[in-house]
Amino acid sequence: MRPSLRPLTKVLLASLAAVLCTATLASADTITLNASGATFPAPLYGRWFAEYNKLHPEVRINYQSVGSGQGIKSFTGGLTDFGASDAAMSDAEIAAVKDGGVTLLPMTAGSIVLSYNLPGVTASIQLPRDVYPAIFLGQITKWNDPKIVAANPGVTLPDLAITVAYRADGSGTTYNFTNHLAAISPDFKAKVGSGKTVKWPAGVGGKGNEGVAALIKQTPGTIGYVEYGYAQQIKLPMATLQNQAGKFVAPTPESGSTALSLVELPANLRAFVTDPAGDGSYPIVTFTWWLCHTQYTKPGVADAIKGLAAWCLTDGQKLAPDLGYLPLPANVVAKVQDAANQIK
Amino acid sequence: MQTATAPLPTPGTPWVGNKRAQRSKLFDSFFSKSTFLASWGTVALLLWIALEVGYAALPAMRQFGFGFIIGTQWDPTSDQYGALPLIYGTLVSAGLALLIATPLGVAIAIFLTEDYLPLKLRSFCKFLVELLAAIPSVIYGLWGIYVVIPITTPLGNWLNAHFGWIPLFSTHSSGPGFLPAAFVLAIMILPTIAALSSSSLKTTPMNLKEGAAALGATRWDVILQISLPIAASGIIGAAVLALGRAMGETMALAMLIGNNTQISPSIFAPANTIASLLANSFGEATGLEVAALMYLSFILMALTLGINAVAEVILDRTGASTRHL
Repeated sequence: MRPSLRPLTKVLLASLAAVLCTATLASADTITLNASGATFPAPLYGRWFAEYNKLHPEVRINYQSVGSGQGIKSFTGGLTDFGASDAAMSDAEIAAVKDGGVTLLPMTAGSIVLSYNLPGVTASIQLPRDVYPAIFLGQITKWNDPKIVAANPGVTLPDLAITVAYRADGSGTTYNFTNHLAAISPDFKAKVGSGKTVKWPAGVGGKGNEGVAALIKQTPGTIGYVEYGYAQQIKLPMATLQNQAGKFVAPTPESGSTALSLVELPANLRAFVTDPAGDGSYPIVTFTWWLCHTQYTKPGVADAIKGLAAWCLTDGQKLAPDLGYLPLPANVVAKVQDAANQIK
Repeated sequence: MQTATAPLPTPGTPWVGNKRAQRSKLFDSFFSKSTFLASWGTVALLLWIALEVGYAALPAMRQFGFGFIIGTQWDPTSDQYGALPLIYGTLVSAGLALLIATPLGVAIAIFLTEDYLPLKLRSFCKFLVELLAAIPSVIYGLWGIYVVIPITTPLGNWLNAHFGWIPLFSTHSSGPGFLPAAFVLAIMILPTIAALSSSSLKTTPMNLKEGAAALGATRWDVILQISLPIAASGIIGAAVLALGRAMGETMALAMLIGNNTQISPSIFAPANTIASLLANSFGEATGLEVAALMYLSFILMALTLGINAVAEVILDRTGASTRHL
């Protein structure tokens, strides 16, 4: 038995040595960035990181879409080089980061739309500002409610019960949507409040965008909130919503970008657009952030992140509309670029 | 009754004549020690998990105490946590599933143990039933969404429209809810009930059956008056074990129960179970919510452990009660 094994052992040893050599050679000039966080922008990030790796083979980025909360935890615990979150980080969460400080970079944005299943209704329905919070509070329960009928002249609305579909899993989408509802409806703020998981007074919960979409598709009369990119991809009808200025605006990349361009970003770049002003603004838009350290001790990491961010903010933004995200307006890009340049 | 021929070693002196025996003795002791370690390791692991979960749950235990179990609000926004709707949802969905699965499972068990079918066909049927246990739970969930819900929704709405005065049918059906969840869950626990029931039905001694037949009992009499009573405690044990499995089921339920943390008497209403809330909420939970979720896990663990222990005791008794026959 033994002699016959020897050549094999030699081959194994040789290949092991070869692997070790290439690994050490490779590690001399490549860098791997570990990141994790939000699921909402994950498709765009995946595309960005793959494209960037083609242009800069020496930088590899591992992004795990584990959710904003987990992304913050891993980043705070030092497990990742940067994190990603739909809700940025709270002051308490920033205070918990021990070394290196925190720089928040809004990298992309998206709209949240109300999709529905109304058999026989082909036009996009219009929902006024006082109506859709009431629907999600379970106060308006029929599609032919006088308030909905009044806002949709010429549309025959069926005598159908409204089923509310929401995200059962904790999510940044819920966070931003409930923030918007709480901003425009004091009643909603008092009864439900806002957060990544809230206690919905009525309806059924699905897991993820796909879970909510399945609920909407399946049961006539269902309305739910999903991300614009997702709704567009699977061709769900989207409601036209009344904005702060009183105008009814359909969710489009343009109306979303308009809303974002009117936002005044504070110095820490953490701005929640809960109720955008402007005639042409779609009312439910949100930034999503990268969570970086202001100072990195690991060599090369700061430069790699800066290079990556610079590319994502310029060429990367052009990929956003294809995937249903909103390209950042020029004034926002300039501010984010400034902040990214401060990373050391 | 062996008449000894080989000389036995004098007591006290080790058996050195055979090298092989010595080696195998060494191996024996190694083997028995490692099985000892492995079995106690399992127990230690269980304790360790319980301790870890309990430790992580401490902040919530301190804050809410036993009031947690009867609290009806689960509201992460205001950090108010009560487990009653979740315990209710868990027990009711598992109970409903058991109600559907037990008669079916026992019927399958009788069909497969009495010789209604040629042996080959019977083992094929048995194989098919056992195959149900091999289907991943997410597939059951998808099947539930695309097949069961479109059936239960109109059924629920019809029952609600005509018999809405019965509390069980008091809400309209908005798709997911107790009924589709319990139905899918029933199919998932069917193999457990069928397999365990048929093995306890098989313990019915042949001479009792033959005796009954000799006294003029029909096959129907034999099944109802001999086989079933003897297997009864085994069947109950099987059902209890299945209940424990149903309570811990996560993925299919998260997809079908509707994830609405409320208490409603209607079987069409959406609800939530402990396991499905855990699966949905852990990723984004922070602070006290994590502790509250851990407290919930602790309760679920205690419930399923208790139920499994009951099942073991019942199944053990069946063995004892039929051994003397």
